[in-house]
Amino acid sequence: MSAPARSSPYLRQSSIPGTPGGRESANLGDILERVLDRGVVIAGDIRVNLLDIELLTIKLRLLIASVDTAREMGIDWWEHDPWLTGGHRELADENRRLRRRLTALEETLALRGGEGRSGRIRERSPEAAEHAE
Amino acid sequence: MPSDEGVYLYAVTRAEDQACPEGLTGVSGLPVRSLAHRGLAALYSLVPLAEFGEERLRRSMEDLSWLEATARGHHQVVEALARMLPTAPVRLVTVYHGEDQLRRLLDERRDDFVAVLSHVAGRSEWAVKAYAEPYESAPGEESGPEDDRPGLAYLKRRRAGLRGREAVWRRAAARAEFVHEALMSVAVEGRLHRAQDPQLSGREELMVLNGAYLVDEDRADEFSRVLGGLDGDGVTVELVGPWAPYSFTALEGEAARGAAP
Repeated sequence: MSAPARSSPYLRQSSIPGTPGGRESANLGDILERVLDRGVVIAGDIRVNLLDIELLTIKLRLLIASVDTAREMGIDWWEHDPWLTGGHRELADENRRLRRRLTALEETLALRGGEGRSGRIRERSPEAAEHAE
Repeated sequence: MPSDEGVYLYAVTRAEDQACPEGLTGVSGLPVRSLAHRGLAALYSLVPLAEFGEERLRRSMEDLSWLEATARGHHQVVEALARMLPTAPVRLVTVYHGEDQLRRLLDERRDDFVAVLSHVAGRSEWAVKAYAEPYESAPGEESGPEDDRPGLAYLKRRRAGLRGREAVWRRAAARAEFVHEALMSVAVEGRLHRAQDPQLSGREELMVLNGAYLVDEDRADEFSRVLGGLDGDGVTVELVGPWAPYSFTALEGEAARGAAP
């Protein structure tokens, strides 16, 4: 089940040098991310711009932001990680510490209430309930 | 200019003789023009408002095949320009009423554009992504000693699985942070972007690093070598580039507006 070793780093050219128009090698996702989400934004005095269009509909949000997927997969700490979100490190560290304590407490509770009550406890455990398949 | 046409702006660069490559086409296959003003040049196309008017765009931006063609047309102009001159790419579908407004833009934001262009001159953007290898539960997690109580055993398995998966992600994120710091020793500037959804990245593994790095052209090989030495430890790295400096051309005062969706 383990993936084959990959040569490193995997380099993909964003364009093929010397072949005008031959830029199909750049992945569409990478291009969309750049042209929709980066680059100079000019406001005012404009007939149309992306900000007017409310482009970031739910569909595109899903494509561009991965946070929802991460949450679905049970890694919501991602959202609080300052390094991934640019937020505050201490808050995230505290958050992790609290989550660890919470998990420990939940486990203690689960073990104590194991006799005949595990079903109920499972309901009360958001993680277990959310990620049960 | 006919009133049923708009001015579609791709990028701003320094005004030089070769500012507009011969025969270059942009969105909808339209020819690209150059307008020079006070040492700057704007690359643009005259676009039919039937296709690029606001009302129509509201619908066509939802059409992925139209969006793809337009994004590629836009990107093609930006990249062609960036291979020759320092370039400030403008966001997709920035449409003006007329060339006069472009001139006014180059007037009013001249200092900002000059600063941005000198910052990116002789440098390229390199995209680095790191993916965490998928979590696979260890065999020991599958069965515990308390199988006589299936409910509890199930709960413990779930917890072990979640803990294992979370530990894998944490390790991968720590590793990705290390990768970022190592790359910053070579790059002039770095930006961490939101990690891409697997639908967008086209890979099943979750992305733990989606970075853009502004690198001096004569240090590009060194950058690639440094990255090459960082692959592994549960993380696979990918390098894509060089790109036009899409991530490093926010104008002063526009950054906040640009960040809000």
